[in-house]
Amino acid sequence: MIQERQDTRLNWIAIWVTCKLAGLTALALLFVGLPIAYWLSFSRWRWKFLVESVVALPLVLPPTVLGFYILIAIGPHSPLGRLYGELVGHPLPFTFEGLLLASILYSLPFAVQPFAAAFDQVDRRAIEASWTLGVSKFQTFFKLIVPLSTAGLVTGAVLSFAHTMGEFGVVLMIGGNIEGSTRTVSIDIYDEVQALNYAGAAKTALFLLGVSYAVLLVVYAVNRNVWAAWPRK
Amino acid sequence: MAAEITIHLVKTFPGRAPIRAQIRYPVEGATVLILFGPSGSGKTTILRSVAGLEWPEEGTIRFVSRLWLDTASGVRVAPQDRHIGYMSQDYALFPTYTVAGNIAYGLSHLPSAERKKRVDEVMELFQLRGLEQAKPRELSGGQQQRVALARAVAPRPLLLLLDEPLSALDAPTRLHLRDELRSLLKQLALPSIIVTHDWAEALTLGDVMAVISAGDVLQVGAPIDVFSRPQNADVARVVGVETVVKGRVIEAIGGMLRVSVNGTTLMALEAESIGPDVFACIRAEDVVLEPGRASASSARNHLTGRVQAVTMLGASARVTLDCGFPLVAMVTRSTVDEFKLAPGLLITAAIKAGAVHLVSRQEA
Repeated sequence: MIQERQDTRLNWIAIWVTCKLAGLTALALLFVGLPIAYWLSFSRWRWKFLVESVVALPLVLPPTVLGFYILIAIGPHSPLGRLYGELVGHPLPFTFEGLLLASILYSLPFAVQPFAAAFDQVDRRAIEASWTLGVSKFQTFFKLIVPLSTAGLVTGAVLSFAHTMGEFGVVLMIGGNIEGSTRTVSIDIYDEVQALNYAGAAKTALFLLGVSYAVLLVVYAVNRNVWAAWPRK
Repeated sequence: MAAEITIHLVKTFPGRAPIRAQIRYPVEGATVLILFGPSGSGKTTILRSVAGLEWPEEGTIRFVSRLWLDTASGVRVAPQDRHIGYMSQDYALFPTYTVAGNIAYGLSHLPSAERKKRVDEVMELFQLRGLEQAKPRELSGGQQQRVALARAVAPRPLLLLLDEPLSALDAPTRLHLRDELRSLLKQLALPSIIVTHDWAEALTLGDVMAVISAGDVLQVGAPIDVFSRPQNADVARVVGVETVVKGRVIEAIGGMLRVSVNGTTLMALEAESIGPDVFACIRAEDVVLEPGRASASSARNHLTGRVQAVTMLGASARVTLDCGFPLVAMVTRSTVDEFKLAPGLLITAAIKAGAVHLVSRQEA
């Protein structure tokens, strides 16, 4: 086994699992994150900060803590886990679906915060003008708010993609390390190093570094008028 | 039943005087109501409540036969269902849409051929031809204002609501667009409510005027009546101009205009785009009283008048004169003592030509 892994080829299976996980997480967060961000940006509820803090929790919690609670929540002893087990026939932990759910929760702030920041920038007077022109709140969102927030939406999607690509602790807690199903690139690197295959680890690490850098290039290029590292005008 | 607008509302804000508004007036084809008051008086909140963008704690808003708000019976009609045209102070054009796109925005319920026809019609009316594909940021302030107004009227609203429609413009453009807006409003033949703190706008544009201060409606009436006969000292302080009289420009001589007011001649500085029919407006502080009959001094206007009333207001006094038209002067208490001002006394009022403000007036 160790002998077999002593090569320096990239583990394409792990890369495919990782890309699939990151892509589906980013996609799911577009659907889950948009309504949450809309509510956070437009609600005038006085206790809104309570929800804002919950959304931001994954930023500060150790992934093991988050992973532990998700594991408990979806495990066979929880109502949610039992329901899933009865419906699908197998438990949620240590499957790709369980890992996807955990990734969505773990990357939530990386999507919701840029979305909400973009919505905050949209001129409230323009939104009101749209309403008085007879356009519903739902249509106003797609006709006016989304086109004005594209930079923030791209940023949120790309950051949640990138963040999922690099996650380790949560994957280990929820996904385990199943080849072709839950073994991601970051786990693969850890395994290579454990197996003293530094050459293989280096190649995979370089791949992850390249992808991460490319992703950040996209984010900064899209937002160069807002978040520029150098001052403009 | 006569067509009416009823606005009755109470809205409180933390740390500010609560707004308690009660306005009721008849509407005809193109009646323009002016909500007049200093900034922070609550006039914008009243307008936004009529638009459905602000929800008063208590109140009733009724437009002709439509009930838009009645907190007692739980009626709350959304802004989308009120069929109003609303224009905010900064116009709030949609930056991602072209001029034509902005105007077509509220017309998505129309089939595309009709929508195009309506956009063309409105572009023509607002003299926006040639700007169809321009983005809002490429337009001048005056053009932006016209696009915002065009966008608001394109869906043929029942009522037009304009929040400080001219305040974002520079002074020369504002003066020019004031008269243009008046004729546009008459052409559109739809009732409107306009918020402003500019008395010249109120006079030019308004048919009815509500004076608002610290959340209260102090007086409702025809603009000229409110200006020339303020109900009390508060209204007078808010409107700031106490003499407003109808006049007619007779001739222009050397940069000056001769204006006939009820048989008396006033000299005023020449102003551009002023029709023959005008309102002559004079602030009470700009009227200087001199004893006896008219004599020469540097002021351009010397009017002999008879004192009608003297009202003491602390250290100053409000003097009403009859100079062929009612003229109000604000003087110090010592002037009252020195000249022994009392009803019946003949006295001279001196007014510099620059203090006579002319505002054009449409002969109804």
